[in-house]
Amino acid sequence: MGLSEFFTDYTLRNITLGTSILGAICGMLGSFAVLRKQSLLGDAISHAALPGIALAFLITGVKDANFILIGALISGLVGTFWIKGIVKRTRLKSDTALGLILSLFFGFGMLLLTFIQKMPNANQAGLDKYLFGQAATLMEEDVWVMAIVTGISLLVLLLFWKELKLLLFDPDYTKTLGFNTRFLDILITTFIVLAIVLGLQTVGVVLMSAMLLAPAAAARQWTNSLGVMIVLASIFGAFSGVFGTAISASQDNLSTGPVIVLVAAAFVIVSFIFSPERGLLFREIRFRRNRRELHLKKTLTFMYHIVKEHDNISRPHAIRILNNFQGYTRKTLNKLEDERFVRIEGNQWSMTQEGFNEAESIYNQLGNKND
Amino acid sequence: MTKKHPAIQIDDLTVAYDYKPVLWDIDLVIPDGVLMAIVGPNGAGKSTLIKAILGIIEPIAGSVQVFGEPYKKQVDKVAYVPQKGSVDWDFPTTALDVVMMGTYGSLGWIKRPGQKEKKAALEALEKVGMLEFKSRQISQLSGGQQQRIFLARALVQSASIYLMDEPFQGVDATTEKAIINILKELRQAGKTLIVVHHDLQTVPEYFDWVTFLNVKGIASGPVKDIFNDDNLTKTYGINYKVAVNK
Repeated sequence: MGLSEFFTDYTLRNITLGTSILGAICGMLGSFAVLRKQSLLGDAISHAALPGIALAFLITGVKDANFILIGALISGLVGTFWIKGIVKRTRLKSDTALGLILSLFFGFGMLLLTFIQKMPNANQAGLDKYLFGQAATLMEEDVWVMAIVTGISLLVLLLFWKELKLLLFDPDYTKTLGFNTRFLDILITTFIVLAIVLGLQTVGVVLMSAMLLAPAAAARQWTNSLGVMIVLASIFGAFSGVFGTAISASQDNLSTGPVIVLVAAAFVIVSFIFSPERGLLFREIRFRRNRRELHLKKTLTFMYHIVKEHDNISRPHAIRILNNFQGYTRKTLNKLEDERFVRIEGNQWSMTQEGFNEAESIYNQLGNKND
Repeated sequence: MTKKHPAIQIDDLTVAYDYKPVLWDIDLVIPDGVLMAIVGPNGAGKSTLIKAILGIIEPIAGSVQVFGEPYKKQVDKVAYVPQKGSVDWDFPTTALDVVMMGTYGSLGWIKRPGQKEKKAALEALEKVGMLEFKSRQISQLSGGQQQRIFLARALVQSASIYLMDEPFQGVDATTEKAIINILKELRQAGKTLIVVHHDLQTVPEYFDWVTFLNVKGIASGPVKDIFNDDNLTKTYGINYKVAVNK
C-alpha cells in the first residue's frame, strides 16, 4: 500500500481523517480527565454507553449511526451523572461507584445485544462491532460530525480556558471566587462523554478509555504547562490515529481500533522512559550521578578530618585507615585521584592543596546549613 | 455601609456531613478589623466553619452574612487561603500562574488576565518573598513556599476579609514569621483576618481576637479577655495549663 493511496482511496481517507480527529479530541479532553484524577471515568462512560446503543436500535428499528450515537450519548451521560450522584449521596468511594455503574450498564447492554441477535430480522447483525470498534465503517458524514464536535469543544475550551484551569487545580477556591463550578463540571464532563461516544464506532466500548488517557498521560511527561500539555496530547492522539490506521491498513486482519490504542500505548511507554525531566531513564541517571557525587564528597571530607590533625596536609596516610569509613570504595579513591584531589602512591594516599580547599568548602557549606 | 455591619455574622449555623453534626448551632459575630484565631481540637469543625462561611459547604440550617449580606453578593470582598494539602501540587503550572488565579474573580467569566493582572500578581509574589520563584513549576517548591504562593494568591484579590485554613501548617520558622508579618500588616490596613490555628502557645502573640470552637461555639472575644484556662478546658476537655500565664 503506497502513501498516495492514503489520500486517494475514499474509505482509507475517511478512516485516516476520522481516527486522527478522534485522537486529537480525545487527547484534548483526556487531559482534563487525567488532571481531575478521573481517569477511570472514561472507562465507565464508554461501557455505560452500550445499553444506549442497543436501545437506540430497538426503539428506531434501524441501524442508523446518528440515532445510535444519540442513544450512546444519553446512556453515557446518565451513567456519568449516576456515578457523581452515588459519590455525592452515599459513602461509597468513587472507584466503587465507577465499577458499579460500569458493570451494571455493560451487563445490561450485553443482555440487550444478545436479545437483539436472537431477533428474526437479521439486518442488525453488526451491532456488536461497537464492542471493539470497526473503523472501516466510518463514512464521510461521521468524519464531519467528529470534526464539528472537535471544533466546538476547542472553542469552548478556549472560551472557558481560565475557569476550567482553575477548576482543575482548585475546585473549592473556584467556588469562593463566585464561579458556578457545577456548570463548569457539567460542561467539561459532557464534552468528555461526547468524545467517548464519538470514538465508540471506531475504537469500541472496551478500548475507548485508552484513547482518552494514553495521549494525555504521555503528554504530561514532557511539559509543565497545561496549555502545552493539551496541545501535545492532541498531537499524540492524532498521530496514534494516523499511524494506527496506516499499520492496520498495510496488513490484512489487523483491526484498526486495537492498533491505534497500541500506538498510543507506545507513545506512553516512550514518554515514561525518555522524557527529560520526569522520565524514568533520566531520573535514574540523575539519581546515580547525585549518589556518586555525594560519595565523593563524603569520602573527601572524611579524609579532610584525618589530614586536618596534621601540620602538613600532603603527608601520606595508609589507605587501610579509610576502610573504617562506610562510604569508602576503591573506586571513589581513584575518582578523587582523577580529580587531582588526592595522590596515591603504593598503599598510601596524600591530599593535594586543591583537595584540601575543596573539602574545606564542602565542609563549611554543609556545616553552615546545619546551624 | 460596611461600617455598620460586622465583618461576618453567623446565626444558628448547623452543618453535618452524615448524621453527626460537625457544627451545632453556631452564633458568632466577627467584628471588622480583627486578627482572629479559630482554635479547637481535631474534628472541632474549624475548617468546616470557614468552608460554610465561604459557601463551599451547604449548611443544614442557619445563615452567614458578610458585611450584612449573603456571601454570594460579597465574593469580591472575601479571599480564601485553603489548606496547602487540598490541591495536587503536581499540577502543570508555575508559581506566577497560581498567584494570577487570584485575579480571576474580579475578571469574571471568560475575560483573560492581562498586563494589569500580571503586575498585581508579581507584586504579591514580591510581598511574600517569592518573586525569584515566579517561573518555578509548583511541585518544585517547598511546603513553606507553596503556602506563601497561596497567601500571595489571596493578596491579589485585595479583599476586605481573609479566611485562612491553617496557614502555618508544616512551614518552617522563617515562613511562619514572614506570614504573620503580612497578616499583621493587613490588619493595620483595616482588613479582617480569620485564621484556623493550631499552636496555642502563639495565640496571644499573633492574634488580638480568638474563637474557641468544639462543634459548638464555646467563646469568642478579645484574646486578652477570654484566652484563659477556663475556656481552654471547656474547648479541649482536659485542663490546659498553657503558657498564657508565663
